[in-house]
Amino acid sequence: MSHDNQGHGGEAHGSLKEYIIGLILSIVLTVIPFYLVATGTFGDTATIIAIIVTAVAQVFVQLVFFLHMNGSSSQTWLTMSGIYAVFIVAFVILGSMWIFEHLNHNLLMGH
Amino acid sequence: MTTTSNAVDHHDDHHHEHEAHMADIGNFGFWLYILSDCLLFATLFATFAVMSQSFAGAITPGELIDINLLAVQTAALLLSSFTFGVAMLAAHKKNMFQLWLWMVITGLLGFAFLAMEIYEFNHFAHEGATPQVSGYWSSFFALVGTHGLHVTAGLIWMVVLFFHFRRDGFSSSNMQRLSYLSLFWHFLDIIWICVFSFVYLRGLM
Repeated sequence: MSHDNQGHGGEAHGSLKEYIIGLILSIVLTVIPFYLVATGTFGDTATIIAIIVTAVAQVFVQLVFFLHMNGSSSQTWLTMSGIYAVFIVAFVILGSMWIFEHLNHNLLMGH
Repeated sequence: MTTTSNAVDHHDDHHHEHEAHMADIGNFGFWLYILSDCLLFATLFATFAVMSQSFAGAITPGELIDINLLAVQTAALLLSSFTFGVAMLAAHKKNMFQLWLWMVITGLLGFAFLAMEIYEFNHFAHEGATPQVSGYWSSFFALVGTHGLHVTAGLIWMVVLFFHFRRDGFSSSNMQRLSYLSLFWHFLDIIWICVFSFVYLRGLM
């Protein structure tokens, strides 16, 4: 059991530099979708893709720089349970959207 | 593992190892709570996604959402996540004044976020967007409101922790509590990223 990079409280804590890099990346990844929506530079589809990409990227930035997830062996259980949760979340959200889209489609066809 | 002769020497080591082990179990337990909270939000996001076009003739989000207010709200929560990180650094250096200072800033930013949300909900309600008017607004208030309740819980937790630190200082259980709250707060920031992206910005398009 290695606790070299962990505080007494258990959770690994980064450096000030790490937090500042995380903050700057977060600001950039927040400003981009806000700017695109406010100005409407691109079409709807491109803007939605940009929103999804920047949101996912920012979630990863926060996981790495603020929560210090690094996939190291001491975090195996955290990482595995996290990946499991991501799958469940994806099933619930995408599955619901898929089912209801078909439902709406079929109901409209019935008219 | 230990023989009788060096049992005493090792006792302290074992005590620390035991404490670290308990801390690991505690961290994992809290992490599982966070993940189950993720599932709660996933069902709310799923409901919202399904209801995203169900306006039932009521007012639409594009007419209501103020992108400037949203930007300030997002900045407040994002900055508070950063200031909590700095507070954690101060806690690991056992600097009580800095910890107190950065936690107060974090709390104020969280409170500002919440105040803006309440103002916004009130404004929406005045314009005719209340939970009962359409599927869209039901799921909107359920999702954003649940996040707001979590932020409220986080703020109350901060106050409670303040009294814990005043009583026991940097005890190992206090450090443990602080690291749980830190995880909780960063998690709320991550949920907010999804909320402002998929609810607000999407609603503005």
